[in-house]
Amino acid sequence: MSTETENPPADAKPEVATPKPAAKKPEETPIELPAFEKSISDKIVEKFGDKVEVGFVKEDRVRINVGRENVHDVAEFIRDELNYDHVESVSGVDYPQDNEIEVVYHLGSYSDSSLARQILVLATRAQRETNPIPGNDATKLPTLRDVFYSVEFHEREVFEMFGVFFEGHPDNRRLLLPEDWADLPPLRKDFAIKGR
Amino acid sequence: MTFTLPPGLALQKVDERIMTLNVGPQHPGSGHMRIIVQIDGDYIVACDPDPGYVHRGEEKMAEYRNYITNIPHLERPVIHDSCNVLYPYVLGAEEILGIEVPERAKYVRVIASELNRCIYIMYWLAIYGIFLGHSTMFMWPAGDRELLIDLMEKMTGARVTHAHFVPGGVRNDLPPNFEDVCLRQVNYFEKRIKEYAAVFYDNPILISRTRDTGVLSRQDAIKYGTTGSVLRASGVDYDLRVKEPYDVYDELDVHTNVMKEGDSYARSRIPWLDMMESCNIIRQALQKMPKSGSVRTKLKPNPKGKGLNSVYKRVESGRGSLGCYIVSDGKTEPYRVKLSVPSFRNLIALPNLLRGEKLGNMPSVYWSLNYWPVEADR
Amino acid sequence: MLKDLVTPENANVFIGKLGDILEKAIDKPLGYAINWGRIWSLWPVHIETACCSVEFGAASSPRYDVERFGIIEAFGSLRQCDLVVVQGTITRKMAPRLRLVYDQMPEPKYVIAMGACAITGGLYFDSYNVLPGIDGVIPVDVYVPGCPPRPETLIQGCILLQEKIKRMKARKFV
Repeated sequence: MSTETENPPADAKPEVATPKPAAKKPEETPIELPAFEKSISDKIVEKFGDKVEVGFVKEDRVRINVGRENVHDVAEFIRDELNYDHVESVSGVDYPQDNEIEVVYHLGSYSDSSLARQILVLATRAQRETNPIPGNDATKLPTLRDVFYSVEFHEREVFEMFGVFFEGHPDNRRLLLPEDWADLPPLRKDFAIKGR
Repeated sequence: MTFTLPPGLALQKVDERIMTLNVGPQHPGSGHMRIIVQIDGDYIVACDPDPGYVHRGEEKMAEYRNYITNIPHLERPVIHDSCNVLYPYVLGAEEILGIEVPERAKYVRVIASELNRCIYIMYWLAIYGIFLGHSTMFMWPAGDRELLIDLMEKMTGARVTHAHFVPGGVRNDLPPNFEDVCLRQVNYFEKRIKEYAAVFYDNPILISRTRDTGVLSRQDAIKYGTTGSVLRASGVDYDLRVKEPYDVYDELDVHTNVMKEGDSYARSRIPWLDMMESCNIIRQALQKMPKSGSVRTKLKPNPKGKGLNSVYKRVESGRGSLGCYIVSDGKTEPYRVKLSVPSFRNLIALPNLLRGEKLGNMPSVYWSLNYWPVEADR
Repeated sequence: MLKDLVTPENANVFIGKLGDILEKAIDKPLGYAINWGRIWSLWPVHIETACCSVEFGAASSPRYDVERFGIIEAFGSLRQCDLVVVQGTITRKMAPRLRLVYDQMPEPKYVIAMGACAITGGLYFDSYNVLPGIDGVIPVDVYVPGCPPRPETLIQGCILLQEKIKRMKARKFV
């Protein structure tokens, strides 16, 4: 069970210099994780164990990193047991140095009022191809459209902007780009815009 | 020389019974998008929205500019709601750069964002009126809107594109005597919009055109992940100003307007009620605002983020919850900026609402979704 | 002879040609009158392309009321319009549509490029999906700078266009 937290460096510095006299109270607070958010991440870790990794637990934000083979199960668990019911945004982030494309789902809840402030960040990674052929290469992820209906247009956008094909999505067509777009998916890091 | 049409423009076969119609992009009732509808007689069988006519690649451009120079182009998606569309980006940038905001700046931001919300809703109301064939409802809001634009012009110096919010506060302090002028204008404005009930909201023609058209049930509103007035018209009590208060909204008394019907009428009435709520908030904020003090924390010329860090901030804009996901890798430019815009989130409701409706009801359903195509395309 | 020339099938074409011939004939004496007629019928196509449409809408509001000049009147069909106001950014997806709209309009037709994006690409000069100005798509008569231009600027642009039409040859489009 690995619960690492991503503390900003500003908080980490006073932790090293413990014997300083005045700032004793503020140094304890960042170490203590917010209780409610911790309970959410604990539930997921309890169920899936090593398959998930807790990215961070901040106030109102919990981040869970999942491998692509488990993302569907984790999403189903989050919907059924934790009462998250819709997706606010689906963003792709390109990491060429890791040879991976990260797809981040921001989940929220309308029906459970205790979760109204919370955003659960579900991140998964797909393999990245240097010469992408969108739809016909290894950059694939299982779709979450049957779990969260609201991802439909968001996943279409990620498909055209990053070339991540969502297997099982009923409608993997182009959405925003022109019909005759034949270049790289534009939000990849190796697609350079003119003059830059 | 041969010229071939792009695939989307090619002529389509006309079935004997089902006919395909392109509504837009050159169409008085569509705005900057195309809606491909299939009609059987007068009834819509299927609908396929085709956005992207104003896709300008803002997210890609944001990766090449630093945190300050990103401001002008990130407010362009909704220029008549420019304070609100910039708000989550500024909040996120503040967290990444580690800046504190002075107390007075927070109040100035709240006032600016509420004024901008009213300006947005008035424009939307004017458009909604003219596309339902109600010309008075174009003229009245379009004229009254100028009052608030004058206020914003006084405050920020520009008519619609203010670029007023910056990481660390707002660009300028309020002009002298602004509080009195603002209070007077807002009071007059509230009196004016209350008159709209007689000409628009109690108008039997409007009611007959919008009641029971495009009904979105509570379950569906949650399932589609809709937001803002669309969600609140379906009976879900969710407003980020109450649920996740940012800046000083937790010190102000905000009331959420909820209606249960979920039809076009409820969706068009909620923004109107929101404007009155905004007037209340502005009055409270003017009262509680510190009378003097700094409005901006000075920044270094090229501020840098700290390490690999990501934030997701959201605010309640004129159309609903607007989120901004910023990933920083410790450089002067953000690694990735993603705007999660309410128009794009509400778009998924459109095909489901239009199925089974009459073609003539399309404008009343489409514009009641509070959809602004430029924002959805980014 | 005229009977052989004009059949019911080509009557429309013939009458259209007759109009052209007449216009040529009366250009000198009546050119001013023809231009005068064109000045006061500048009706725009209803095509919004980007965010400048907000200020375009504000120009019709009671405060600015552009219709008092007899121009920019909201109108439905592009077959009866003779003005394209390109309201902002033209993306690569919109450009073929804009050209289609322009080609479908009958002569005479005029183009106003409204906003920095329509003139040079403006703020989006380095975007991958935005054209650097619309000059490459359709010919432009008047440029109205601003981001977005204020409604007064748009009105001034329209009046400049009127001045330009006044000085044009009425036969230019025949």
